[in-house]
Amino acid sequence: MTTARNRIRRARAVESAMRLVTGTAAALVVGAALGIVGYVLWRGAPSISWEFLSQAPRKFMTEGGIWPAIAGTLWLVVGTAIFALPVGIAAGVYLSEYAPRGRRTRLIRLSIANMAGVPSIVYGLFGLALFVLLLKIGVSILAGALTLACLTLPVIITSTEEALRQVPQDLRQASLALGATRWRTIRKVVLPAAAPGIVTGAILGLSRAAGETAPVLFTAAYFMAPLPTSSFDKAMVLPYHIYIMAVQAVKPAPHVVWGSALVLVAGVSVINVAAAAWRSHMRKKVTW
Amino acid sequence: MSGIAYGAFELADVSVAYGRETAIAGVTMSIEPRSVTALIGPSGCGKSTLLRCLNRMNDELGDVTVGGSIRLDGQDVYSRDIDPVELRSRVGQVFQRPNPFPMSIYDNVAYGPRTLGVRNRAELDEVVEESLRRAALWTEVGGQLKKHAFELSGGQQQRLCIARALATKPEVMLMDEPASALDPISTQQIEDTIAVLKDDVTIVIVTHNMQQAARISDRTAFMLRESMDRPAGLVEVGDTRTMFTKPCDPRTEAYITGRFG
Repeated sequence: MTTARNRIRRARAVESAMRLVTGTAAALVVGAALGIVGYVLWRGAPSISWEFLSQAPRKFMTEGGIWPAIAGTLWLVVGTAIFALPVGIAAGVYLSEYAPRGRRTRLIRLSIANMAGVPSIVYGLFGLALFVLLLKIGVSILAGALTLACLTLPVIITSTEEALRQVPQDLRQASLALGATRWRTIRKVVLPAAAPGIVTGAILGLSRAAGETAPVLFTAAYFMAPLPTSSFDKAMVLPYHIYIMAVQAVKPAPHVVWGSALVLVAGVSVINVAAAAWRSHMRKKVTW
Repeated sequence: MSGIAYGAFELADVSVAYGRETAIAGVTMSIEPRSVTALIGPSGCGKSTLLRCLNRMNDELGDVTVGGSIRLDGQDVYSRDIDPVELRSRVGQVFQRPNPFPMSIYDNVAYGPRTLGVRNRAELDEVVEESLRRAALWTEVGGQLKKHAFELSGGQQQRLCIARALATKPEVMLMDEPASALDPISTQQIEDTIAVLKDDVTIVIVTHNMQQAARISDRTAFMLRESMDRPAGLVEVGDTRTMFTKPCDPRTEAYITGRFG
């Protein structure tokens, strides 16, 4: 009798202790996220003005704005999307819909997992060696976008495959049983049903690319460049601008660093929140 | 006989193997056109496997070998001249759980004809209406074809799936326990639909429910896997009334009187 009561008492104690431990961990994460964003907001907000967003830098970049860096980042992200989305989504479709189960498929998955684990500075060196030097593209938005595309591919492939896997097998069966080919089944039934997940994964991958410094360090970024007019131009980009202003500026200008950081964080957050909102909207429309 | 589609199947010594394991072997039977044939037997006896041979849906599972011969109106279903994709518009299938596409009622039914290349709006409208009427769903949804298929009840969704399969004008309709996920009233509606459809479509239905087999089928095939180290096979096939009153084989009698399975 007493042993049973003791056991229950002990179980209750463990229960509340675990709730406390896991809850604290969750609170720490929220705290860290809010702390980072809050600090960036606090330090960066005073620098934000229309001039800061729309003008080119002046006086060794200590005054004026960061518009060329914003524009350069946009160029790079769009370029990355152009290269990474078709290849990534197609590879995800292959892995989920066509690939036979076997050694070759396992090898492909392993390669993708490895690609995701490669440090971004290595992508930067690889981009320099392959795109800039070997293919003679030169330091340019094109070379940077190709490098960032390599970095983003694993994220896009994996999230595409995951989204396709969520589509019930029943739907594929129904389509095939109606005399549709595999490709028609994919195009008409599977891809539309998986679209919210694929788009969300793609956006998360691209927003990650927007914030990367190392891959563009040797391939696209330039300390002080005018507004890009073609994809063969070097460009200023936000993460590199922050890096260079923080460690190598001729005259320290912390307000530029924090202002740029705020612009980058805000841009990426807006995109991520929009992606999440859009997905939950689509989820309501399509459920199984 | 040749040239005219009847929807008659002839199975001779059919066997199916998944990888190296033979699932069913030695099935010889005929499926008569414009009638309902029920496949009954305990779980794991290969009913669904046999059913999926008839429209070559087994092909999609990967490592599957089908032996023997399966002829649809005299033509070998597994011959090189037959494209499984084309075969499936002649041999439709309805699945265990209702599986409408996440699109409108209209687009669900029009999916098959569109796959076959029908683009003409008037023609599609006509096929959609006719198929929904044949599946006894038109009176309920005729006025709201743009409605999303997921808004229908489970029973309505299953009749929508029947309509969708009918829209390619198949000669044969395969049904894999089509009412097992439905309530009694919806089951009744599906059974009523089957009774009407068999006038112009051959129906092969897998069912766990022996009363259902007795109610709706003209012929019944009883399948059994007697031990795990031997493949399943066909015990007997015959007129449903005879099967349920005077079965030839003692194993059939044991199963239908509920002694096992």
